[in-house]
Amino acid sequence: MTSRIAWIAFNTFREAVRERVLYNLVFFALLMVASALLFGGISIGVERLFLINLGLTSISLFGVLIAIFLGIGLVFKEIEKRTLYTMLSRPVRRWEFIVGKFFGLAGTLVVNTFFMALGFYAALFYLARTLTAADASLLVAIYFIVLQFLMVTALALFFSTFSSPVLSALFAFSLFIAGSFAEDLRAFAALSQVGSTRWLAIAAAYLVPNFSALNVISSVAHGHPVAGALILDNTLYALFYAGAALFASILIFEHRNLK
Amino acid sequence: MSVRKRTTVVSSVLLAASLVGSMLMLRRVDALRTGATLEEVLYVTSPRTVKRMSLGYDGLMADIYWTRVVQYFGRQHQARTRRFDLLLPLLDITATLDPHLIVAYEFGSFFLAQQPPEGAGQPDAAVDFAERGIRENPTEWRLYYHLGFIHYLERKDYKAAAEAFQRGSEVPNAHPWLRTMAAAMAQFGGDTRTARFLWQKILESTQDKLIRANAVKRLRALEVDEVVPALEARVQLYHQNNGHLPASFPEMIAAGYLRGLPRDPLGYPYKLMPDGRVEVESPDDLPFINKGLPPGRQPNFLYIPPPAKK
Repeated sequence: MTSRIAWIAFNTFREAVRERVLYNLVFFALLMVASALLFGGISIGVERLFLINLGLTSISLFGVLIAIFLGIGLVFKEIEKRTLYTMLSRPVRRWEFIVGKFFGLAGTLVVNTFFMALGFYAALFYLARTLTAADASLLVAIYFIVLQFLMVTALALFFSTFSSPVLSALFAFSLFIAGSFAEDLRAFAALSQVGSTRWLAIAAAYLVPNFSALNVISSVAHGHPVAGALILDNTLYALFYAGAALFASILIFEHRNLK
Repeated sequence: MSVRKRTTVVSSVLLAASLVGSMLMLRRVDALRTGATLEEVLYVTSPRTVKRMSLGYDGLMADIYWTRVVQYFGRQHQARTRRFDLLLPLLDITATLDPHLIVAYEFGSFFLAQQPPEGAGQPDAAVDFAERGIRENPTEWRLYYHLGFIHYLERKDYKAAAEAFQRGSEVPNAHPWLRTMAAAMAQFGGDTRTARFLWQKILESTQDKLIRANAVKRLRALEVDEVVPALEARVQLYHQNNGHLPASFPEMIAAGYLRGLPRDPLGYPYKLMPDGRVEVESPDDLPFINKGLPPGRQPNFLYIPPPAKK
């Protein structure tokens, strides 16, 4: 079982790194990081802050785009190219296929993030001519960005199990935006007086991914420490949420008529 | 020449011509729509809406808005306009997006406080903005310093300035000279010596090249503003004692009124004018000076000399 999942994950990774869109997006992310060095120069006193904010935002946004663009085609492509049928005719279960696909894309994103983070730290080093212990705290923000990717990947995969790539992209991106307003939704729920509206708002607030808790870019840019409890809680939250989206994908895919 | 090569050459020429044409037209359009870009940005005037639209990436958005503040202030300043209508709304958005962007409070309050055309001439709004920064970042002693500076230089409220410096001196790890400043404010009520002390401390406490360059220019201006009246007083003394104005500084040196040829902070000798005034050699290189300027030339100062010591 484990070897089959690993095999699918490895092949998904190999397929993903062949995608041109991946390299384009990584290139643009690195370009944004490099351009931060120029942008900082036209302002006053925010060179480092600008580099950190723009660098980490680029890693996050372009990573989300990669997750969505690659994730939405994960199942659809296999069906369209009919490779899925070959795979499922072997002793590969449907849930193994979904889990393998998830880990393959998640692995791709982790590797991408590693290279984008390298570029980011290179720019930071270029600006300050040194790296300090305080710069290591920026890794927490990058770690949270990876957690965010896991959630977006799981969501993109979820939509990919029952929808076309265009619609999947639309749904995943909308959910990403809604996730940025998750705390507003919760505040709305708290303010709501009507019972049904209140419960609907609460349900929506818990259903959409809460990305605001995972965004500590501004905080680490100012050198504010991130609490260990937040790191642990965010890790568990992201794993539970991605797990939920993954299990929902498995449920849908298991019952989908592929004929 | 083959068809393909001809097409390549013609396309390249047309591409270059189109790019140049679009650039020229954009310049003309920009000339017609002065300030339009920024006004468009302020179609979204609500800081909270901008914060929501930033999708959580409010740190980056704050940096962008802060850059807009700098660009806007620089443009208005360069145009010598007396209107800075968008300065406060832009600062408000910046501070809402990132309440911990210290540089925005430091410079923003300074931009607001200075008298037109050097700034918006809104010292009360500057105080409010600096106080907002302090509320959000109570451990940043530099914000108290800037607040005190605004009270001192722009509002001439030495009691409030002393209070601000005193509050700042109570912040853990605050620079010790804040306490000295508080005492100096309370004691003197403001004078050139205090201004020199302030700028010297700014010079010592920041690594920012722009701030340091500004502090150096101001210290030079303070020196000129002190030296020129002193030299003119010597010239008048010579006049009283000899019945005529000196023709040159060497004449005064020979008569024992000066020890050596006086030079400005840039190293140029001061010029003694036929009417007994003293001018600097290159006023353009000494911004912010109030003394030693040619007749008719207005001082380009941000520094307002405090009233005489009571």
